[in-house]
Amino acid sequence: MKAYINAISYYLPEKVLTNEELVSEFPEWSVEKVANKVGVVQRHISAKDETAGDMAVKAAEKLFEEYGIDKKIIDFVVLCTQSPDYFLPSTACVIQSRLGLSTSCGAFDINLGCSGYEYGLAVAKGFLVSGIAKNVLLLTAETYTKYIHPKDKGNRTIFGDGAAATLVSMEGFAEIGEFSLGTNGQGAESLIVKAGASRCFEKLNDLAFDENHTPHSSDHLFMDGKAIFDFTSDAVPIMVEDTLAKNLLSLDNVDLVVFHQANKYMINYLRKLLDIDKERFYIFLENVGNTVSSTIPIALYEAVKEDRLHGNVLIAGFGVGFSWGATILKCK
Amino acid sequence: MKEFIKNFANQFDDTELSEFQPETKFRDLEEWSSLTGLAVMNMVEKKYGVKLTVLDLRSVNTIEELYNVVTSK
Repeated sequence: MKAYINAISYYLPEKVLTNEELVSEFPEWSVEKVANKVGVVQRHISAKDETAGDMAVKAAEKLFEEYGIDKKIIDFVVLCTQSPDYFLPSTACVIQSRLGLSTSCGAFDINLGCSGYEYGLAVAKGFLVSGIAKNVLLLTAETYTKYIHPKDKGNRTIFGDGAAATLVSMEGFAEIGEFSLGTNGQGAESLIVKAGASRCFEKLNDLAFDENHTPHSSDHLFMDGKAIFDFTSDAVPIMVEDTLAKNLLSLDNVDLVVFHQANKYMINYLRKLLDIDKERFYIFLENVGNTVSSTIPIALYEAVKEDRLHGNVLIAGFGVGFSWGATILKCK
Repeated sequence: MKEFIKNFANQFDDTELSEFQPETKFRDLEEWSSLTGLAVMNMVEKKYGVKLTVLDLRSVNTIEELYNVVTSK
């Protein structure tokens, strides 16, 4: 039994934050430099009352409409998010009802970030191969921008909100290959929102600014850029090698590489580390930014539109956790 | 030093090699950004086995000064 990506769609919130708007708030920032280095020209920001659940529903509805999918066939819905609508229940349960999916449909959330799409595909493939489900609706949705402090120009520049919907079925355009997955929880504090959940339920109100005027606050998203950079440059080459070995491929046989779209500089750095030529390296960041677990499905959707998704496509996600995952998609 | 400059320059895409001299104030290079700084620190760790801190990097202005910090560690 094989598992395939059957269809992908995505949704972006209406509100757009441009580099010009960011620079008007942070005059020391340069519009050109942000666009050239980070590779983002604009990002979408969820409305105040718009949640990851709302966006996931919209992405799924778009998927059903775009490909004429009868939602009755969905027998499992998995939502990957780190900004759930509630502590409980699982947002995926709420989505089952909002989408009008069958009550015989299984549903749960996966709490992962930048590696979430690969884990979602691994779970979906596992369900298909083991006969637990036939059509898995994999949703990825994130509203990181709600976690970011307004004065945190670095993270506000990189991250955007968005959601993607992927149907994993027994047929489709991309066969899901073997996976390489990994975790190093020692990196947990390098990308974290510390307060608000069970370990630290009350807000800490400990906002302080470092010498670069970057805010540090337990109540907001914190990212240690150096730790993330070092982790990815160590973990990603090993993961790529492992993925290729498990799929009995060499890098020469890979037609397109789609990494988690963290930021343009970072992924180009990884590209050079791995000696992958630009022609086989897909980047789609400019108008969306880093949408966390949705960057890869969004990029895949756009690569299909550009007729670039053929042959062996290596996808790899890495980040918060630390957590990483990769697989090969064998595309038609 | 020559090799260090080459490795340093490798972290850039668009800047001409001739622009990298021992006395070059790297922060004044058009292409420099905090992300380049991360790449430089990563390169130093991989090629020279030296773990630089953000403060180490911040304490120097020229490539030569950085080289001296790396060799002193």
